[in-house]
Amino acid sequence: MLLSSYLHALGRYLILMGRVFSIPERFKMYLRQYIKEMIKLGTDSIVIVLIVSFFIGAVICIQIKVNIESAWMPHWVSGYVTREIMLLEFSSSIMCLILSGKVGSNIATEIGTMRVTQQIDALEIMGVNSASYLILPKIAGMITMMPLLVILSTFSGIMGAYAAAYIGHILTPAHLTEGLQYDFHPWFFWMGVVKSLFFAFIITSVPAYYGYRVEGGSVEVGKASTDAVVASSMLVLFSDIFLTRLLS
Amino acid sequence: MIQLIDVKKTFDDGKTVLKGISTTFEAGKTNLIIGQSGSGKTVLMKCIVGLFEPSSGQILYHDRDFVTMNKKDRMLLRREMGMIFQSAALFDSISVLENVMFPLDMFSYDSYKERRRRAQFCLDRVNLSDAGEKFPGEISGGMQKRVAIARAISLNPKYLFCDEPNSGLDPKTSLVIDELIHSITQEYGTTTIINTHDMNSVMGIGEHIIYIYEGNREWEGTKDEVMTSDNENLNSFIFASDLFRKIKDANK
Repeated sequence: MLLSSYLHALGRYLILMGRVFSIPERFKMYLRQYIKEMIKLGTDSIVIVLIVSFFIGAVICIQIKVNIESAWMPHWVSGYVTREIMLLEFSSSIMCLILSGKVGSNIATEIGTMRVTQQIDALEIMGVNSASYLILPKIAGMITMMPLLVILSTFSGIMGAYAAAYIGHILTPAHLTEGLQYDFHPWFFWMGVVKSLFFAFIITSVPAYYGYRVEGGSVEVGKASTDAVVASSMLVLFSDIFLTRLLS
Repeated sequence: MIQLIDVKKTFDDGKTVLKGISTTFEAGKTNLIIGQSGSGKTVLMKCIVGLFEPSSGQILYHDRDFVTMNKKDRMLLRREMGMIFQSAALFDSISVLENVMFPLDMFSYDSYKERRRRAQFCLDRVNLSDAGEKFPGEISGGMQKRVAIARAISLNPKYLFCDEPNSGLDPKTSLVIDELIHSITQEYGTTTIINTHDMNSVMGIGEHIIYIYEGNREWEGTKDEVMTSDNENLNSFIFASDLFRKIKDANK
């Protein structure tokens, strides 16, 4: 029964995606929406990405220095671990998990409200492919902006680690720099970017699906928003395992 | 002209809402679908515009069957339709002028200047010349309905659909909306279908009325015939209002 309902939902999601990825009626209108979505979903998320990453970078650096580093560990270990965590997991996966809350609830609520206030019906009556017009620019906008957010997150995390070094005096900036540069593999950076592209697709398309199929009123919109965040977060976590194994 | 031939609608839960409705809605006339809440008039309207698929029957738009039409032709036909929703359904993130321009931006190949001029003309037509820069949330319910009318007529539709256009409006504003829809219908020769249970609209602009009762077309006629009909179900609907009972008694 549960499996059947999951398969049913998957089928509906795939049908919706089929409608989303169709040829736009008027490319100019989609382009306008695409730019709006890049600003709304991407640019407007920069501040939260910078703040969260800065503090997490600082905390990782302090934790490693205080709890892991010892006389038997090299002095660069704090910087090295901070870089690896930020590049491999935090800036791509955990940041997307955080963004799935912000972006996911935003998308599900917006589309769900449009559904219950008949704005989607109005688009359909006009002869507009509402699924494509509303969802495609969001997916494209987020996929475009996500690599930038990953880069900013990594950068901000490292700045946080430097702040811990300079302000907290828990390690010397020279040791931190040495650790950050030690045994660097550029592929780790690209792996984070590639993973984030998949996550960007998940955190936009899944909430859009939940919002698009809302029936009822404000209570149902709220429920769809919550369900969307839960589902997209779970999917990010599951796909993280597979992507990490695949790309490592 | 829109023709309905034996339109039936049964939902997945087995409930049959439309039990075979046949009628013709003529161009240049205000056609009203009336009936009690739950009688099936909204489902009928949604079947006509394609938001619901009828279980069987034909819906002919000037002899083009909407039910069997392919997706592409449906999209093209929909560009000939305008619809005013019960909730106005304006896009709340864009201004009033942008709302009216939306169908033009999407489907018209005119220059921006032309499109803007057309949108302003439509706003002037519904007496909202100065509201263009406002957002839907900043204007009253009656004004929102008028913006919805302006948006619906921006592409010169052949078919105009109105779902409970007076819902939530005071009697005076309702009259303005009714008159506007009626005059636009005559001016543009549109096939207009209004879904309503507002008896003032029925008596004011009902050139062709169909009464839906429990999913059947129970009665069909004009506003002059509606008062003198001997159909019991129709009479119990029409004369549920004390005012209309008094009018009927006065006319005896």
